[in-house]
Amino acid sequence: TTTTTTTTMARRYDSSTTTFSPEGRLHQVEYAIEAINNAGTCVGILAKDGIVMASERRITSGLLAPSKTSEKTYKLCGHAACNVAGLTADANILIDQARVKAGRYQYDYQEPIPVEQLVEYVCNYKQAYTQYGGLRPFGVSFLFAGYDEHFGFQLYQSDPSGNYSGWKATVIGANNQAGKSLLKTDYGKTAAAASDDMEEDAADKMPTLKDALLLAVKVLNKTMDGTAASSDKMELFTMTLQDNGTCKHHILTTDEAKSIIEQVEAETATSGDA
Amino acid sequence: MDSVLGVTYKGGVILAADQGNARSILMYQKNLDKITSLSGHTALACSGPHADVVNFSEFIAKNIKLYEFSKDGTVLSTHAQANYCRNELAKALRKGPYQVNNLLGGFDKKAGGSLYFLDYLASLQKVNFGAQGYCGHFCLSIMDRDWKEGLTKDEAVEIIKHCINEIHTRFLIAQPNFIIKNIDANGVEIVSFGEDPASA
Repeated sequence: TTTTTTTTMARRYDSSTTTFSPEGRLHQVEYAIEAINNAGTCVGILAKDGIVMASERRITSGLLAPSKTSEKTYKLCGHAACNVAGLTADANILIDQARVKAGRYQYDYQEPIPVEQLVEYVCNYKQAYTQYGGLRPFGVSFLFAGYDEHFGFQLYQSDPSGNYSGWKATVIGANNQAGKSLLKTDYGKTAAAASDDMEEDAADKMPTLKDALLLAVKVLNKTMDGTAASSDKMELFTMTLQDNGTCKHHILTTDEAKSIIEQVEAETATSGDA
Repeated sequence: MDSVLGVTYKGGVILAADQGNARSILMYQKNLDKITSLSGHTALACSGPHADVVNFSEFIAKNIKLYEFSKDGTVLSTHAQANYCRNELAKALRKGPYQVNNLLGGFDKKAGGSLYFLDYLASLQKVNFGAQGYCGHFCLSIMDRDWKEGLTKDEAVEIIKHCINEIHTRFLIAQPNFIIKNIDANGVEIVSFGEDPASA
């Protein structure tokens, strides 16, 4: 856990992104990260045969028109998609940048952009706003899910600082610490992973897509504690590889989501978990 | 006037080029290596005026090297490199064109040996065998007759030697020296040369 204890001195150093505080911190960047802790939760889980990204749908008003597209999941190119936590308006700018970058790479090389290169590009773009220009940072954290021939399925997380890292499973947004601690215990809890055999192939410890979906819903249940889980409050997204080598981006239908949620409820009821 | 040849086989590709550097009535050098390695697994055989050949092949080679450095060892496939070349030729075409005709050969684990024909107008075509320059008039029919799927490396080299023989017999311009290179899973290596490119 990161404790954000700021002294009164911080006031002098926090209005400019381009100034370090005496403790060596960039307060504007930290405040941006704080902003995201109020946003709807997103869970990302890497599975053997795909990636799951599940997010909390915050319905702010009953009068809102039902969204034709998603407000959490965005397709960046044929083989990459992202989930957003934070200021949607800020995210739109970055998503546009990512889409153009992916498109330009395809134009230059006639090949899909390696996922990490796309992530690094977006992150470098974010970083610029923490070092010069005097403009505030982007208040967005992303979960990037992608597939390429070099490294297969990959999951990345990025934050307003422009830092990114690859994950097997992670959570961003509201109550992400609670989500992460649940993932730490439950990720890789398949029959094969039950053994502590270090020589075992790491891939064997990865869940199947189905297991990953169930785990993702379990995590969202925890982070959204208090609110009853239902298919209209959650968005479940999967990325898998089709037989012809292209990626399939799929947002689960209401019925498919309901089925997963019901399975999780049945499991938690029988296992006696708190 | 340059002769540039290429033949794919199962597991790699052979590139060959004459070693002459001449203009007007002068023969400047006879040991030029016109085949530049672009990366560990690809090479570009480039024909045209010496200035353009050097300018273009060094430009492409160094940019591909930069890509590999800055993307932490991610390797560009032969297909991607060929399209990158084509793109650069196309950008320059209506500004200050590179007057180069190329054969780009490479080896990839998935695709095996592959050969790409690029001309100075930025056309790009993947081919099983190819030639640039006048030598095509003499050699393409030989390659067309002798090439088949699943050739061995030695068979591919034989076809190249057959072509070089024809050039020596029938082409007006004397091109005594040829450099032949092989690209496979082990990388780019010289098979033979007429005169050592490294000698002064």
